[in-house]
Amino acid sequence: MLADSLQPGTALADLRRRLSLLERDGRAGRRARLTFDITAIDRQLDAGLLIPALHEASGATPSAGDEAAATAFIAGLAARLGSAPVLWAGRQRDLHAPGIAQLGLHPDRLIRVDASRDEDVLAAMEEALRHGGLSAVIGEIARAGMTATRRLQLAAEARSVTALLLRRHRAAAGAPFAEPSAAHSRWTLAALPSAPLAVDGVGRPRWRLTLVRQRGGEGDAWIVEGCDATGRIALAADAIDRTDRPRIAGRRAA
Amino acid sequence: MAAPLVTSIADGQRLVIAAACRQARALGIAPGQPLAQAQAMVKGLDIRPADPLGDEALVARIADHAARRWTPLAAADLPDGLWLDITGAAHLLGGEARLAAAMQRRLARAGLTTRIAIADCYGAAHGLARWGKDAVAIVPSGEQAQAVASLPVAALRIGAEIEERLTRLGIERIGELLAMPRAPLARRFGMTLVARLDQATGRAAEPVAALVPSEIPAAHRRFAEPIASAEAIAHAIVGLCNALVLRLTEAGLGARRLRLAVERIDGTVQPLILGMARATRDARHLRRLLDARIETIDPGFGIDALVLSAIAAEPLAATQIGSDDAPDLAPLVDRLAGRLGPAALWRSAAVESDVPERAVRRLPALAAPRGGDPWPAHWPRPIRLLDPPEPASAVIALLPDGAPARFTWRRRIHRVVCADGPERIHGEWWKRSTEQSAVRDYFRVEDDAGARFWLYRRGDGVDEATGDLAWFVHGVFA
Repeated sequence: MLADSLQPGTALADLRRRLSLLERDGRAGRRARLTFDITAIDRQLDAGLLIPALHEASGATPSAGDEAAATAFIAGLAARLGSAPVLWAGRQRDLHAPGIAQLGLHPDRLIRVDASRDEDVLAAMEEALRHGGLSAVIGEIARAGMTATRRLQLAAEARSVTALLLRRHRAAAGAPFAEPSAAHSRWTLAALPSAPLAVDGVGRPRWRLTLVRQRGGEGDAWIVEGCDATGRIALAADAIDRTDRPRIAGRRAA
Repeated sequence: MAAPLVTSIADGQRLVIAAACRQARALGIAPGQPLAQAQAMVKGLDIRPADPLGDEALVARIADHAARRWTPLAAADLPDGLWLDITGAAHLLGGEARLAAAMQRRLARAGLTTRIAIADCYGAAHGLARWGKDAVAIVPSGEQAQAVASLPVAALRIGAEIEERLTRLGIERIGELLAMPRAPLARRFGMTLVARLDQATGRAAEPVAALVPSEIPAAHRRFAEPIASAEAIAHAIVGLCNALVLRLTEAGLGARRLRLAVERIDGTVQPLILGMARATRDARHLRRLLDARIETIDPGFGIDALVLSAIAAEPLAATQIGSDDAPDLAPLVDRLAGRLGPAALWRSAAVESDVPERAVRRLPALAAPRGGDPWPAHWPRPIRLLDPPEPASAVIALLPDGAPARFTWRRRIHRVVCADGPERIHGEWWKRSTEQSAVRDYFRVEDDAGARFWLYRRGDGVDEATGDLAWFVHGVFA
């Protein structure tokens, strides 16, 4: 027995098998994904955003416009993640419920938690994730180290609830994504000038959505149009044109 | 000086006074009077609708309290009184006079004015409490006939009709009735009057159905050796929770508020009170809530006993709360409230106000869902609202209704590329006189970097009374 497992080939195979058991969990719910219904993004994410996991988003710069875009991105995701309530914990009090409601997250579904310290935000998030009865748990925070994010990731996996961290810029805390994190994916958002309208007025918001990092995959960046009334983003119209134009031109030439 | 307070109640087609405060009565307002007449007599009356059901519930609650505290035999005497049989109970509180004083003190703390009469029979006590001169009247045993003699006949509980007939005959006091021969009285006015007279003087017994006092579900644990360690307390709490849940289940109740009384060997009692978002009798949940608070207990030289009581309980049917698909949120809310304080958890509800900073109100986290469209969807609202609005400087905009072309906010210059607006919001002049003519013109603008702001200008740009034309950034759009 001992001699068997000491043979290099079998020992490795055994370890591989055990690792794959650890990695792949039996229940299908643990692999559930939320699609963006945008082929380019879904393909990059391997069929969508992993639901039982921790995801982080942040404004690309500390400007108010970029941070608002990140807030709306998170709120839109939460609105689409299910029909159960969503818990939103944070230190800032400036989140405006009527604005969130216009992204599809009804105030009846949004439980707010006011905390005065980052640790309280993290603790409240973990408690809520372990409860399991919510469709998403959101935390607004400036600093979260490897340990804290690892705990959230484990709690999210354990109860199949999505954890979303909205990383705020704070001068004393440094850049939000400077420190390592156990999050499954990290996103930054930057506000871009919207497509000019034929008439006076402000068009649908446009963001540069950057997938900075994802576990087991590559990053990428897209130009998207901001959340609509149901929290969905869309690929910017002229970006679609750009990818399609050469192909159409080619077909015509043929 | 507060305005005289009266409550009104519908009597057929008209409103009449149901009750009046002392100040109002001093001004000549009496219960039963038409409300319009009272309003004509006194300017600036504070009129509120009467709530007879609420009053009855309050009397029942006080009766319940009395039955637990002062005497085992108590009953509510609706609409406004209590029967207490203090036979054999008064000496426990130092005699009748001290018992009455204690009752008055206790009820005064609850904001109630009381009149108390103690007599051998209910009839005499009833009349003296309502019609006697003193706030506290104690009738020596056997002297109730003399005590009630000077009271008006209305104190006999005989009904308005007999009262009126007596008044017509010139009989005003009970003493005059007592002096009369009984047989003609009975013939003329019926047996009611004679029976009431006998009850007032103690010659006839009067049965009163005493209420059964509700018991506060509680669990006790007394220790042979004082305990002090957190582990020992936690262990005791497990037993207490299980015992309390058993009581609650028997009574069909769920606890809304728990009190853990920590009795130390030096004789002091440390109360620990926790509230629950929803009535519960889940022993594990209660234990976890209590466990989180163990560190706040100061055991001193040791703890003698622990008493866990459900000081507020609600009926809770044997229903299953939550399932695997949608677990109940109350335990989570309780735990977070225990950590961060009950005010830290909330949900937003819409307020019918166009002023953005007043459009949101806080609700408890588990309040019933409002549903519907809480806010009008056709006006875009920012995702972050700055409170208070921050001034924007160096604004270039055309008067009276042009959007800003550039502005400086937080020391950065923003060049506006496109804008929507104005959305004009008037001050709530019907609520606040300072907003009589206030106007804000809101613009949604996008700057050259794509950031979107919600700016407003105080004033409509034409009339100076509407505002001073200062610009503010009120929110940020996504």
